Amino acid sequence: MPIARRLVLQGMLATGAAALVPTPAPSEENPPLTRRIPSSGEVIPVVGLGSWITFNVGDDPVLVDECADVMAAFFEAGGRMIDCSPMYGSSQSAIGHGLAKLGHPKALFSAEKVWTSGGDGAGQIEQSRQLWGVPRFDLIQVHNLLDWQEHLEMLVEMKAAGKVRYVGVTTSEGRRHDLIEEIMRTQPVDFVQLTYNVIDREPEQRLLPLAGDRGIAVIINRPFQQGALTRRLGRENLPPWAAEIGVASWAQFILKYVVSHPGVSVVIPATTRVDHVRENLDAARGTIPDAAMRARMVSYVQDL
Amino acid sequence: MSEWWSYRPEDMLLFSPRVYWRMFELHNAAIWPLQLVALASGIVMVILATKRPPRGERWIAFMLAVIWLFVGWAFLWHRYATINWAIRYIAPLFALQSLLLLIACVAPQVLLFDRRGIGKWSGSTLAGIALFLYPLLPLTFAANREQAEIFGIAPDPTAIGTLGLLLMARGKLRKFLLPVPIIWCLISGLTLWTMEDPRALLPIAAVALTLAVGVW
Repeated sequence: MPIARRLVLQGMLATGAAALVPTPAPSEENPPLTRRIPSSGEVIPVVGLGSWITFNVGDDPVLVDECADVMAAFFEAGGRMIDCSPMYGSSQSAIGHGLAKLGHPKALFSAEKVWTSGGDGAGQIEQSRQLWGVPRFDLIQVHNLLDWQEHLEMLVEMKAAGKVRYVGVTTSEGRRHDLIEEIMRTQPVDFVQLTYNVIDREPEQRLLPLAGDRGIAVIINRPFQQGALTRRLGRENLPPWAAEIGVASWAQFILKYVVSHPGVSVVIPATTRVDHVRENLDAARGTIPDAAMRARMVSYVQDL
Repeated sequence: MSEWWSYRPEDMLLFSPRVYWRMFELHNAAIWPLQLVALASGIVMVILATKRPPRGERWIAFMLAVIWLFVGWAFLWHRYATINWAIRYIAPLFALQSLLLLIACVAPQVLLFDRRGIGKWSGSTLAGIALFLYPLLPLTFAANREQAEIFGIAPDPTAIGTLGLLLMARGKLRKFLLPVPIIWCLISGLTLWTMEDPRALLPIAAVALTLAVGVW
């Protein structure tokens, strides 16, 4: 009987009837690597989607739809976390448009920020929530530590009241790591967000190990140094051993390096292109470099 | 934001060049054919500044006042501010410039277009760049011609053209009319420079020429 069924299936394929058989999405066949959020145990794919610059398209109807296409490809490839900020211009409304167009995918893990100086943080969060069109955010972070004490206190209260699931703080480009470290040691944060890549490796010294010790999830921003790193490396050849770790581009090389650190929870590369978002998610599949390979990757980039 | 000194100009750029230039394309499409009216008004202003008919200076100030208010409201507030929140703090300067120009329109002898020599010629050059070179720039940069920046519609040629007209003038109010166009040219020049666009040179050069000729 199994043979007969296989024959029938082969016949269906040969006649093109396969289109009638539900085909598993790529993410279902080969899901991206996930990491556990220490404070809850929830698992989340290690590659997310940033929106800095790329989703700030104003009211341009063509570009807003392109953002929705990127989001559709992101969810289709198995992605979950989308990160934004009130600082990012119209990115929040572009995300809201995309979510509405896609029927508000259940996979979404919404990561927002509060970014206001001495002002109405709760009001800003509510405005952001309306722009996204979500009932509540999964994660709210204090953007660039702006008025962090006041905002973090408010976020902790919101979490206790069930108005947000996780709270955190962010920095970028290596700024104020001493303060980030102090917050990680003393405050009840679920997430920290910082910059880390194969060039900017300072977090490997203190922050990533500390996050592991303290049970804090880590989001990595600007893995490509806003495109500068991929442009610079793009002038060079990939190492001949790149295929051994499933790397087909410098972007995947960089992302593989970032996500292979066990302390990293999610990396959030931003892009305007559907092919790039798929490529980014593919970096979270297949072989993940071990410590020896990571050292080899660093050495190769340093020697370029 | 913490540690301002650690931020570079490119850290402040909130949008991509593609979004920036498409903004002009959408704006031009939305307001067509106002571009023709704006260009014609610019040419009329240069003729008035050159021929100096009675009350010509008042008409120039009035037309510039209308243009600055329109550019600040239609382009900066309703278009540019959607991708750059900082523009909400800058757009009121355009209203201030419009108010100052209205004062120049009604107050006697505060703006007289009777400068000769280098003031007149450098001013005419800037006005010519704003009116005739800017609409042609997309051709030079292999861009879509619908993305053209037009005097009276887009802020850069408006500011540069205004500086040109002011260089052709003297009077008590002139020094108060220079700061806003200069500030805008510096902001826009920095923005374009951050986007690695050679068009950054135009507003920066306009400011340099204005300062050099203004103190001549």
